[in-house]
Amino acid sequence: MATTITGQLMSFIDKIKRVIKKITHTLLTSVRLKPTRREGEEGGEEGGEDPSSSASTNHKDDKQENQDQNQSQENKGSAAMASPTEQQGSRWRDLDKLLARPGNLVGSNFDPSPQLKEDLQEYTKVLVVGAGGLGCELLKDFALMGFRNIEVIDMDTIEVSNLNRQFLFRLQDVGKPKAEVAAMRVMERVSGVNIVPHFCRIEDKDLEFYSQFNIIALGLDSIEARSYINGVVCSFLEYDADDNALEASIKPMVDGGTEGFKGHARVILPGLTPCFECTIWLFPPQVKYPLCTLAETPRTAAHCIEYAHLIKWGEVHSGKPFDPDDPKHMQWVYAEAVMRAELFGITGVTYTLTQGVVKNIIPAIASTNAIVSAACALEALKIATACSQTMSNYLTYNGQEGLHTKVTEFVKDNDCLVCGPGVLIELDSSVTLQKFIELIGEHPKLLLSKPSVTCRGENLYMQAPPVLEEMTRSNLQKPLYDLMDKLSYGIIHANGMTRANGITTSCLKKIRISFKVIADGVADMDTAGGV
Amino acid sequence: MAEPKNKYDRQLRIWGEQGQAALEKASICLLNCGPTGSDTLKNLVLGGIGSITVVDGSKVEESDLGNNFMVDVKSVGQSKAKCVCSFLQELNDAVKAKFVEEFPEDLIDRNPSFFKQFTLVIATQLQERSMLKLDKICREANTMLVIARSYGLTGLVRISLKEHDVIESKPDHFLDNLRLNNPWPELKQFSETIDLNVTDPVVHKHTPYVVILVKMAEEWAKTHSGSLPSTREEKKEFKDLLKAKMQASDEDNYKEAIEASFKVSTPRGISSNLRQIISDSLVEVDSTSLDFWILVAALKEFIENEGDGETPLEGSIPDMTSLTEYYISLQKIYQAKAEADFLAIEQRVRSILKRVGRDPGSISKTTIKNFCRNARKLTVCRYRLIEDEFNSPNLSEFQKYLTDEDYSTAVGFYILLRAVDRFAIVYNRFPGMFDGSWSYREMDEDISRLKTIGVGLLSDLGCNGSYLSEDLINEMCRYGGAELHTVAAFIGGIAAQEVIKLITKQFVPMCGTFIFNGIDQKSQLLTL
Repeated sequence: MATTITGQLMSFIDKIKRVIKKITHTLLTSVRLKPTRREGEEGGEEGGEDPSSSASTNHKDDKQENQDQNQSQENKGSAAMASPTEQQGSRWRDLDKLLARPGNLVGSNFDPSPQLKEDLQEYTKVLVVGAGGLGCELLKDFALMGFRNIEVIDMDTIEVSNLNRQFLFRLQDVGKPKAEVAAMRVMERVSGVNIVPHFCRIEDKDLEFYSQFNIIALGLDSIEARSYINGVVCSFLEYDADDNALEASIKPMVDGGTEGFKGHARVILPGLTPCFECTIWLFPPQVKYPLCTLAETPRTAAHCIEYAHLIKWGEVHSGKPFDPDDPKHMQWVYAEAVMRAELFGITGVTYTLTQGVVKNIIPAIASTNAIVSAACALEALKIATACSQTMSNYLTYNGQEGLHTKVTEFVKDNDCLVCGPGVLIELDSSVTLQKFIELIGEHPKLLLSKPSVTCRGENLYMQAPPVLEEMTRSNLQKPLYDLMDKLSYGIIHANGMTRANGITTSCLKKIRISFKVIADGVADMDTAGGV
Repeated sequence: MAEPKNKYDRQLRIWGEQGQAALEKASICLLNCGPTGSDTLKNLVLGGIGSITVVDGSKVEESDLGNNFMVDVKSVGQSKAKCVCSFLQELNDAVKAKFVEEFPEDLIDRNPSFFKQFTLVIATQLQERSMLKLDKICREANTMLVIARSYGLTGLVRISLKEHDVIESKPDHFLDNLRLNNPWPELKQFSETIDLNVTDPVVHKHTPYVVILVKMAEEWAKTHSGSLPSTREEKKEFKDLLKAKMQASDEDNYKEAIEASFKVSTPRGISSNLRQIISDSLVEVDSTSLDFWILVAALKEFIENEGDGETPLEGSIPDMTSLTEYYISLQKIYQAKAEADFLAIEQRVRSILKRVGRDPGSISKTTIKNFCRNARKLTVCRYRLIEDEFNSPNLSEFQKYLTDEDYSTAVGFYILLRAVDRFAIVYNRFPGMFDGSWSYREMDEDISRLKTIGVGLLSDLGCNGSYLSEDLINEMCRYGGAELHTVAAFIGGIAAQEVIKLITKQFVPMCGTFIFNGIDQKSQLLTL
């Protein structure tokens, strides 16, 4: 199905609806009559188990939902083209206008009808990554833009310094998991919405977890975490033989970031628009001081603090790691920094600055988070429903000096190792790793000599160091198909040397492998004989 | 010392104790507490604003549950102002939260003096007639006004007040002023004590670039009849001279010197922006002048006398590769000059105060010092009365916006946001706002009515009505006056941010009207 769709990314609801229609039309209508429907299996897109069922809504809400359902059932009859009905005074009166009325500045797959909102509530599943300043806003925004199936993941607990902007938390919540409190507060306030919290690291969840969502919204404060999710989402991406991304494999992301009065909001449609890695250069490098400056020629308060933090702590506390969240440790660093500053005649060391430098604190306020999250959530609604044209694809906001907003259309890097198609190679399932290595040495688009080969982060063969070479050497005689868990399709990264214009350089390549397997049994038998 | 458990830590790093104190003193009035108003206040309450007064005469309806986070199912039927107020109070008990159950339109008509008590009024979702009236009331009462409106996928934010003066404008990128183009005797004397041809490689690579540039510029001037490098060739030649002084390729101080060599060539004197401020008629101060203008008057005298065309020196220097002792000595030289400049300004401030009949000590040392440190970055924002803008906008700008592809959508929304209010006066509802069912015929009728009004507005301004895009008119009717939560949250975020800048008197508030474009996010600021 997906290959026949060209042009703009179709809305998710549209996509899911088509799949469902294909399965059975009657089932769809009968399911719609039920007051509570969150069976994932009918769509085939959502995961088997239903983690949301544990968080039950109260009876009053169920009743409310029931009424809504009945009402909309009544409306369906009159929702003919000539005279669409809207429920004046109903809860979603304002949103309905956007979703049920036709317009000219809308997405190409926009199918306005009262049904659209119900489908949004029913079939669209969003994941909010991070329940901090942006995450709290995103949860509220999604809940009030008609999304009903929301999950949130965050490994942190609430701190006092969060309270000036993370509006779902109160003083008595300090120490509790952010994801859990945030989910609870939004569900208390917005009836009918279901938010499943996950109090864990993003790495603790497997690919299957992430694959169940239609849209992923990032409210993160680190480059590493963004890279991780980006990698996960891009791993779902598949390309056809002409290197075009398959629509069905594209998992849209919206990403926000703020610092003080500045922020950005972006839309990432992996395979169509630049992924996080394509534009990694957008992030400024972190400030790092040369150790010799800290040790020999300190000039600023920050130099004295970093000396105490990075050098003196280790000298004095042999082996005991520095814990930035331990006030005693921070006090020690502060006192040391003060002494060092006095020694050199440097001024300006304060406890606040010490914390700021050591923990690399980014100043943050409520309003910027609100702005950036709202832009992200609005774009997510457009992706889900096509109710408006979209932003392409990167919004920057700066409110420090006047007010500046700018949308930049970045282009994706076709050679991106994360979202790019890579080089497609078709292989017989019997080809050994050894043979594959020879093959990529000759392949005109690769010409990689002495490559080390990895698959999904796992070393298949390493040229160096000798220990790793020895450990992976035995793989060389095994069929690549077996090494890649006997999947008919997979991604390999090969790091080797390539020669261009007489110069040899090290180079990392992404290779897409499609195995020709006649039948599982046959492929297994073939392995013995090699090529 | 105990670990400071300050919930405001992350914002104190932006606007400091002073800014926070200003926020905590401020009293804010919100008109209409739909999602736009609620979300604006949410951002301010979290930050610890002094007091809020929520004015809204309506009751919570079912439809409020679909876009407003500050109401819940139990609120339906109750006073919206009361419900929103109590949910806002939950966010921060340090804030004094009050509510008035009355329609803002009525309050504006019946009790204009009500608004005098507030530092700032945030008026949301107000239609033209009441907005213009309120604007005049606030202008007269010297109360700051911020207008915020969400409408479908568009909206606007506009500040209205007579004048806003900023000392701490805290611009993002502002070139430091090291006076390398005009070094004073102490800086020259210090540089003379340092030998650039020193044999010790550690000292050579730790000679601060300020010293390198002062010495090399002096050398250059000697061979160029007293002038500094100015043409492109000369600047390049100067850089080559710097490069030739390097003893090793890893000398960061020389790399810094090469990178900063343009500072030797920057023209002396003050920026055109500052020239404009010191030429303002308000510099002719009297007993009624604001402290800001007394300070500017002193600054003007300083520039024209002992400053020799320059502002007082800030006194701070950026970090640079250097031996600690060289750096500290340099720092002290800059600080000493800044202190001397400050004393000169202070003396002038005191005598001006005396001249206009005020207590000479009525402006504190701290204020004057802060002023001196920021003298190059002073900013004055002035805002027209909204009615004046509506009646006689800056037509050349307006024409430019209409024909500029980047601005045409924004200016279209600007006109249409006015047009829907005129529509509402005639039809008692917004275009596309129907009771229950609607037909395409009715919609088309609204579209053509709105078009007539929009085109009329344009032709009143002497502009061709054909600039108004049919698609935008359709879009406005599709919105039917909807207040969508994310649009409200965006507008509320912007409004709150501007309120913070106005109250803390830090950073530069926006000038003009911000028009939100939720279609492709290409929002614009229109200065009319």
